[in-house]
Amino acid sequence: MKWALVAVISASSAVADVLQSAGMKDHGEIRDFRPWAVAGHLARLMRNRKMLVAVASLAVSFSAFLALISVSELSFAVPATAATYVLETTLAKYLLKEHVDWRRWTGASLVAGGVALLILT
Amino acid sequence: MPGLGLLDPIKTERQAEDLEHKIRQRVVGQEEPIRQIARARRAHVAGLSPIKQSLRNALFVAIVVCGNLVGDVLLRARMGRLAALPAIGPMAYLNALLNAWVLVGVLLLIVGIGAQLALLSWADLSYVAPVTSIGYVLTALAGKLYLHEPLSAGRWAAIFLITTGVILVSRTPPRTAGGECYGGRQ
Repeated sequence: MKWALVAVISASSAVADVLQSAGMKDHGEIRDFRPWAVAGHLARLMRNRKMLVAVASLAVSFSAFLALISVSELSFAVPATAATYVLETTLAKYLLKEHVDWRRWTGASLVAGGVALLILT
Repeated sequence: MPGLGLLDPIKTERQAEDLEHKIRQRVVGQEEPIRQIARARRAHVAGLSPIKQSLRNALFVAIVVCGNLVGDVLLRARMGRLAALPAIGPMAYLNALLNAWVLVGVLLLIVGIGAQLALLSWADLSYVAPVTSIGYVLTALAGKLYLHEPLSAGRWAAIFLITTGVILVSRTPPRTAGGECYGGRQ
């Protein structure tokens, strides 16, 4: 049960981040940060399907996280989901066609290991 | 108004893609230099030098990290105190949410999310996600400096791992994928 929830959390948060990234690339580079421009960006983003699905995925991830900490310790939940960094890098390479070289693979793996170690110790 | 076109991100992206495509037709086996030329072209047309791009990246990473870190601390401090009380009703929660520090905390978290979305509008996910994880290191160091929490050898090792990972990823170009890869660019 615990590991099933870990899988749901990792998968849904990685999918949410991938969709957010794709949605923002669809939207185009943001350069204007004046209040009315930001309101315009928000209005456009709220009509972007990828962003809406990303928010739904985040809600799934958060619910699964709450379920996980109700059946296990927080010290298990947080490190177990650190693998999301590696999963996101993998999805970014194959779905978003990002150029992931050895520095990004190593960096994401070190960060995942570091986050897990930080919470466990 | 020809000047306005310089700041059009879609036009900028297309010009860089056209250039990249033309070079690829003539040169084979030089992937990294071609990518760097396209990146320089993108920056040139958009009016941002590579140095300004790096500064902008650093600024937005700092906003994401600080917004999340300070916002989280403010929310935890206030809501944690409230949760410690023996019995609380809905009005107590409402009062807590209307507290100035909680509102500042929520505002900072929103700013952090907004900055992350802006960062994702020009940088790769495989760049943004690891680089913004430096927040874990800052949280641990802030705990040591301000709350005098002990840092075990394991925690120092974790800080070293995360910092090394962030440095490695931050040395890669923030954007490596063109607009056509995302499928939805108009």
